[in-house]
Amino acid sequence: MSDVPQTIADASDRSNSLFDMAVRHRAILASVFLLMFPLIMPFKALAANILIYGLYALGFNLLFGFLGLLSFGHAALFGTGAYFCGIAIVHFGLPWYVAILIGTLGGAGMAAIIGVLAVRTRGIYFAMVTMALAQCVYYLFYQAEGWTGGENGLRGINVRVIDIFGLKFDFLDPLTRYYVIAAFVILALFVLSRILASPFGAVIEAVRENEARARASGYNVMLTRLLTFILSGAFCGLAGALAALHLSIVPIEMLHYETSGMVVMMALLGGMGTFFGPFVGAAVFMLLENLVSLWTVHWQLIVGAVFVACVLFFPAGIWGTILRRIHK
Amino acid sequence: MAGLSLDLIAVQLFAGLALGAIYVLFAIGLSLIFGMLTVVNFAHGAFFMVGAYVGLFVLMMGGNFWLALVVVPLVVGVIGLIVERFLVRPLYGRGIDYPLLLTFGLSYIMVELIRIAFGTTGYPFDTPELLQGAVDIGIGYFPLYRLFVLGAAAVVLLVLWLFLEKTSYGLIIRAGARDPQIVRVLGVDVSRVWLVVFGVGTGIAGLAGVLAAPLQGVIPEMGSTILAEAFVVTVVGGMGSIGGAVIAGLLVGVVVSMTSLFAPEMAKVSIFALMAIVLLVRPQGFFGRAGLMS
Repeated sequence: MSDVPQTIADASDRSNSLFDMAVRHRAILASVFLLMFPLIMPFKALAANILIYGLYALGFNLLFGFLGLLSFGHAALFGTGAYFCGIAIVHFGLPWYVAILIGTLGGAGMAAIIGVLAVRTRGIYFAMVTMALAQCVYYLFYQAEGWTGGENGLRGINVRVIDIFGLKFDFLDPLTRYYVIAAFVILALFVLSRILASPFGAVIEAVRENEARARASGYNVMLTRLLTFILSGAFCGLAGALAALHLSIVPIEMLHYETSGMVVMMALLGGMGTFFGPFVGAAVFMLLENLVSLWTVHWQLIVGAVFVACVLFFPAGIWGTILRRIHK
Repeated sequence: MAGLSLDLIAVQLFAGLALGAIYVLFAIGLSLIFGMLTVVNFAHGAFFMVGAYVGLFVLMMGGNFWLALVVVPLVVGVIGLIVERFLVRPLYGRGIDYPLLLTFGLSYIMVELIRIAFGTTGYPFDTPELLQGAVDIGIGYFPLYRLFVLGAAAVVLLVLWLFLEKTSYGLIIRAGARDPQIVRVLGVDVSRVWLVVFGVGTGIAGLAGVLAAPLQGVIPEMGSTILAEAFVVTVVGGMGSIGGAVIAGLLVGVVVSMTSLFAPEMAKVSIFALMAIVLLVRPQGFFGRAGLMS
């Protein structure tokens, strides 16, 4: 230890290493925040919704923020997860944890089907093709009335008690429900953080930054895209399955075009390509929706205007802008 | 299958072509804007919907359908000009996703403004008296209005073609689509060309909206349905290709109409199946240049 007075460079070094440490332990920090979140949120049901849609946006952001593919059809993945989870419980009487697994796999499976077609296209085409295919999925579920309840939605997903190794939790209690959902979301956060830190995560970002270079380096770009799309589908399917349990009904609107658009808004509002941004975006979106709809039914006008302003003036999103400030 | 005579199939084919004419008009504006500006206009459906509502407003004010056909493209086109000038223009050069996201957010605002002005429930839209009834086209009776839609689309296409191919302004537009930088070097104000193209494209979308109104009624959500279907048209026809938009638009119309005759429950899904096949066999679409995909 020298007695030379600390220079400015030292100080910024220290804050940077603090920042780096935060980045390294992002999953832990995010989890701690999610565990504290209901303490500051007055409405527990809304808090659970933010968790679910945050996870949905997280899955979307893996594709859009980290791989650079803009999908306008993620409702198909989210909705399939919800319907598969719901159908497993309602039609087959399976326990809730199996249903969640089926929902997650359903989202991934649907992503595989859509992905095989969509990853053949790039850029703007990708947005159009995913949107059109999602619309197709919407009609298919709409018409399979015997399984999905059609226009009325799938009703009767009643999970009252969550049973883990003999411990029984009352799923009807809002706070317990929040923490059950949070457990799955935190698990997903750790998995995502691990994926992004893995060599495969590096390939994902390499494809986004320069496709030709990634291909020249010997990586299979098409396969990377497809795998990322399927992973994204698994996260969104899990979010959908949790939504089905939380709402105890799957409305057909979950597959609607607006559900696809909503997640695009959330990811951009929060900050695409950031780890925690999607949660911030989902929270802002849902709070905005809830607060504005207190005084007008036309909340979409305000949300749309905020989104347009964000595209024009804050393309890095709320969380992205904050991170950039800190990093300077 | 006794009911399925050849006449019925022929009439259904014509109905499909009329439906396709609406798709063609919608997709041509989308294709024009993308071809020139490389902007995918996600608000195109909203412009289509606003067109139908402006037409409705003209009728409410005591005007007739023919007046609406003139007023709607002008009003919607001017809205398009304002949108391009003040919202889309600042985003050029910032990546291809940003204009797309902006127009997507804009479509929310437009739909909500229409809901505030006209309410959330739909309105019926009367077929003009002169075009009511059916006419014998040799193979069977066919609704006059659908024939009119086909004719109107043909006229719009002809005018557009003459404008693009035979006028000096059209020449600048075509050159600007191929290489905007060279055109700029030659002393042409490219941003003004883009402004005009956006206005023309959205104006045609508005016209398509008012033409579609008597066929399907008018509701605030009518835009998002046709947007997805128009994406199918552009993927099948090839993005940025006007000839492709025409052929694919008519084809999609016929496919919808034929499947709703033979397997009504599959009518909505059939065109997406068509798109899936095209993507597998020829990913750039019928007339798309392979390079445009990236």
